Amino acid sequence: MKLHEYQAKEIFRKSAIPTPNGQLVTAVDQTAKAIENVKGPPWVIKAQVHAGGRGKGGGVRLAQSPDEAVSFVRSMLGNPLITKQTGPGGVIVHQVLIEEGVDIDREFYLSMIIDRAMATPALIFSQAGGMEIEEVASRSPELILKEHVNLVTGWMPYQGRKLVHRLDPPLSPEPAKALMAIMANMVKLFTSHDCSLLEINPLVTTKDGKVVALDAKLNIDDNSLYRQKELQALDDPREKEPLEVEAEKFGINYIRLDGNIGAMVNGAGLAMATMDVIKLAGAEPANFLDVGGGASQEMVTKGIEIILKDPRVKAILINIFGGILRCDVLARGLLEAARHTEIRAPLIVRLEGTNVEEGREILKNSGLEFFVAKDLAEAAELVAKQVS
Amino acid sequence: MNGLIMSILVDEKSRVVVQGITGREGAFHTRQMMDYGTAVVAGVTPGKGGQTAEGVPVFNTVQEAVDKEGVNVSCIFVPPPFASDAIMEAADAGLGVIVCITEGIPVLDSVKVAAFLKGRNSVLIGPNCPGIISPGKAKVGIMPAYIHQPGGIGVISRSGTLTYEVVHQLSAAGLGQSTCIGVGGDPIIGLDFVELLKLFGDDPGTQAVVLIGEIGGDAEERAAALIRQGYGKPVFGFVAGLTAPPGKRMGHAGAIISGSKGRAEDKIKALEEAGITVIRRLGEFGQSVAQTLKA
Repeated sequence: MKLHEYQAKEIFRKSAIPTPNGQLVTAVDQTAKAIENVKGPPWVIKAQVHAGGRGKGGGVRLAQSPDEAVSFVRSMLGNPLITKQTGPGGVIVHQVLIEEGVDIDREFYLSMIIDRAMATPALIFSQAGGMEIEEVASRSPELILKEHVNLVTGWMPYQGRKLVHRLDPPLSPEPAKALMAIMANMVKLFTSHDCSLLEINPLVTTKDGKVVALDAKLNIDDNSLYRQKELQALDDPREKEPLEVEAEKFGINYIRLDGNIGAMVNGAGLAMATMDVIKLAGAEPANFLDVGGGASQEMVTKGIEIILKDPRVKAILINIFGGILRCDVLARGLLEAARHTEIRAPLIVRLEGTNVEEGREILKNSGLEFFVAKDLAEAAELVAKQVS
Repeated sequence: MNGLIMSILVDEKSRVVVQGITGREGAFHTRQMMDYGTAVVAGVTPGKGGQTAEGVPVFNTVQEAVDKEGVNVSCIFVPPPFASDAIMEAADAGLGVIVCITEGIPVLDSVKVAAFLKGRNSVLIGPNCPGIISPGKAKVGIMPAYIHQPGGIGVISRSGTLTYEVVHQLSAAGLGQSTCIGVGGDPIIGLDFVELLKLFGDDPGTQAVVLIGEIGGDAEERAAALIRQGYGKPVFGFVAGLTAPPGKRMGHAGAIISGSKGRAEDKIKALEEAGITVIRRLGEFGQSVAQTLKA
């Protein structure tokens, strides 16, 4: 689960990680009041969307006057922001953060992730802040420093010294101390909030010797939400595809893609592989949909309905390898869907596994029209025929 | 080994305890495992010690199951909030193989589990996995048993149903399996590709290995690095997620492309450069392996 920058910064402040003062506005007429409360000019006007790349997309502007601030807020609120992470349609901006401008001396990069291979969290620090870290990683990997965190000891002061005293040119004592404190606080925040990602880019030193998080990215491990109820309340469903939100309610994993072949599969790995099968057949998948290894009849019905709500879908491939989910349950779920929804696109069904004969029999006797594929290779051919 | 069919990690000598045996999933799969002939000899559900479930005694602790029934393998079905505790309990009781089926364990819990297991003699399979089967000998997990055949192919996979698909095709092509293992779809797991490749490499009953990967992390790349040093047995690969968009979690908690890291095409490239035969058309997987091995 992703948080907005302003939400992450509130948590930062509570965790003793300094941020600029700022105020959130959700309507243009709140701007004047916000500007009175926030030091400036200049003010930094920041669109609050989950997608990255906001700066280049025009979602971060520097206002030198109140009028300019109002006009930037007006240009953002209610309008789509297009960045390289949003897709061509962009995402609608519902909230804008107005912050005081900061007199930047140096920019750093600081983040925390889970290092999968080492099975432990790691802090990542770089003196090349304000740039895309991927770019730094490919151009000058020696500038990216990594420290693993031992959960028994927690972050140790020597680790901060190790990172900060390598800086060239060196930092003066006050900001160096502040930076090391931020690292320690970041580790505490990461573990206490079950984060999967924490990122400050840039983390800056100011001309008057302070260290401030100018940006904030905070993702929560979805598996921990049962014990992070307060954070769960910060979820903003407006940031997601409506169909993804609907699917979530039924425990279905659905992700919208750009093609026109709908797909319903049980199991995440097989669902991904089925998308690839569609692509290799010369078509494009419209979605990823995993009804789960042990899906119920109701979930199957709902899955088909969700796929059909996508107007671009021209054909549907159902690929089920019955294990816990039995093929007869799948077949009944399909018939139930057909009772409520017009199946307006050709259905290609490939069933294998537990109770496969019974499942095929139910489909055959249903009076509905299906293309039944005997295996995946044939299913791919049938998909190819639909698009040619 | 004088014609003996070998396997890794579990076999007819495995004595299995099911942690969470009184839950719906635990009970159902206990029956399925027993039907396959697996020696499930005990269950553990805290507070229900003294009862019986599926015909076997239920204990309050794993240690009791070790003391009274001599269990050496665990299969865990307990819900996510309690699963890391269950894994550690099984390791503390000295079980050699711990299979955790549970999906949805917080990743920081898995960090603690990994640290706890260091230096102990237990191996963990999963979490968020279908388990392990040595066909004809023992099944510790939730995979449909009937698709498997005893034979000489070792199967290692990050997925559940995708593994069933591949195994089904292998069996249909006349290629039985020595052992099939789902390593789990989480970012932090127990045994990984590298460790299992080593076990299969040493197993005289395994003639070839099938590796089923997916987007996210670098398990495939590390497996490729191992094989590049010389492996001695043919390895076949498949990687799911060529069409997966970056930044989206594709069902499995660990199946996510981060920036330009973890992409399927890079994994396929790494595997191919190590001399692994990567099969792109899933529908032709079994046939392709059979033809290559025959040639």
